[in-house]
Amino acid sequence: MAIDNEMVRKIAFLSRLKIEDNKLEDAKDEFNKIFKWIEELNEIDTSNVSPMASANDVSLKLREDAVTDGNYKDEILKNAPSAEYDYFAVPKVVE
Amino acid sequence: MENIIETEKAKWEIVVGLEIHCQIISKSKIFSGASTEFGDDPNVNVSFVDAGMPGMLPTLNKECVRQAVKTGLGLNAKINTYSEFSRKNYFYADMPTGYQITQFKYPIVGEGEVVIDLADGKSKKIGIERMHIEQDAGKSIHDLSPNKTYIDLNRAGVGLMEIVTKPDFRSPEEAGAFLRKLRSILRYLGTCDGNMDEGSMRCDVNVSVRPYGSDELRTRCEMKNVNSVKFVMQAIENEAKRQIEVYENNGNVIQETRQFDPSTGQTKVMRKKEFAHDYRYFPEPDLPALVLSEQYIEEIRRDLVELPDAKKQRFINTMGLTPYDAMVICENKDVADFFEKASHNHDAKKVANWMMSDFFAMLNKKKLSIDESPVSAENLGNLVELISKDVISGKIAKEVFEIMAETGDNPEKIVEEKGLKQVTDTKAIEDIIDRVIADNPDNVEAYKKGKTNLLGWFVGQTIKLSQGKANPSIVNQLIRKKLDN
Repeated sequence: MAIDNEMVRKIAFLSRLKIEDNKLEDAKDEFNKIFKWIEELNEIDTSNVSPMASANDVSLKLREDAVTDGNYKDEILKNAPSAEYDYFAVPKVVE
Repeated sequence: MENIIETEKAKWEIVVGLEIHCQIISKSKIFSGASTEFGDDPNVNVSFVDAGMPGMLPTLNKECVRQAVKTGLGLNAKINTYSEFSRKNYFYADMPTGYQITQFKYPIVGEGEVVIDLADGKSKKIGIERMHIEQDAGKSIHDLSPNKTYIDLNRAGVGLMEIVTKPDFRSPEEAGAFLRKLRSILRYLGTCDGNMDEGSMRCDVNVSVRPYGSDELRTRCEMKNVNSVKFVMQAIENEAKRQIEVYENNGNVIQETRQFDPSTGQTKVMRKKEFAHDYRYFPEPDLPALVLSEQYIEEIRRDLVELPDAKKQRFINTMGLTPYDAMVICENKDVADFFEKASHNHDAKKVANWMMSDFFAMLNKKKLSIDESPVSAENLGNLVELISKDVISGKIAKEVFEIMAETGDNPEKIVEEKGLKQVTDTKAIEDIIDRVIADNPDNVEAYKKGKTNLLGWFVGQTIKLSQGKANPSIVNQLIRKKLDN
């Protein structure tokens, strides 16, 4: 699979990353190199192997339902670029 | 019931599927130990996990899993012993991690079935496609500032069950009946409080139309977060009309998300689907697969409460209720419990009649829920017993009931104190009848000459003179005897 400039633009948009037009070529080449490297895996026949969801063959540990966390809004809001009246304040989002 | 929309040009049929998000009742969030309490100060019930801080790891809440399994069983659905979590990637200010942990390929609950009751007394099976568990997003508040949106993360990470139906609805009424039934099941199970106006149950509606008789599935439009049963029905009705108009003017319906505006009842376009939705799902690396044992599922099944359909059937079969009575009484578990308590050792059908008339009217008037009722279940049962035993007449019972609604007293006490006992002593009644006959010779004459419909008037006069306490059937008998001789 080859990545073109259009695909780089789309990935950048979805990731909320800004890539200047003159950097598109570089990014595209890097993507393609990574893909080529990953494609080496295609040499192995996996037609009889089911997809693996996790490398850890452990079962999921469940937590008891108890309130053990929270109640530190100052710390939660500390790194917010903008907070007002204990809310995060972001540019107006209206659909 | 045939559901056809007929225009001048053609006959059309509506095809609707629903996706319902239901907040799971649990003390703490699905992947963190923060509280799920609704209505607290902003950003108080938030942990570093919910805020998407680097390095924080989700841990799954046991109770959310149990609640999901319970709900799945309540939907007569297959519980999957193996399920997986996935990341659904999208960018929005109320989703701090930039992805929602949800289930995609392997949901915890598979196909199921819910029976809905329709107005014409018929019922219909609605297929459930699947149900998965996931985390809720934070809440955006748009109206506190003119140029900013405020974000409260208290809701971020609260557990959700997303129930997806098959496209089995053919009318707004069917969708409405399903939502009411689902809400009833969830409340019976205690897995979600089902309050659409508070957002603990939210409905996305997928609507398409097709020529009547065809079985194709045409392009659908989705209306997100419609927040009442009434609005869901309205949205379906109006969106179907809009699509029919598009087709009949040789247009094509485009797949898009539309917004339902409750003030106009109309839908308007929100966003085009193709580009905005590129969720790039992939398996959640922070959580291994969820594996449940058959034994665990069986234990939950064994402890399941009696659900509305089963209760309804039992009330019809063993307590003599009509299907309609049973449906109304079983919709709300508190009402059904009250009914069962009230009808213990008393005439159940009569108790049901009282509940569905004077009792509900009283609660409505006083704006009370059933658990706040001034008339207790025992006292309502006792009142019915007094009627059954001919201690008071139905008419006097209404009077007694009104006093009960004010004072909360038991009916025996009221009847005793106010001297309302029905007079069944034939001698006392005969005395009154004799007075009525003596005072109204003209009517007696007219009756004897064949104006027999005056009988009712004599009965009425007698009961009136007894201040309502004379037993009507005895009065009737005695008057006939006297006048016909």
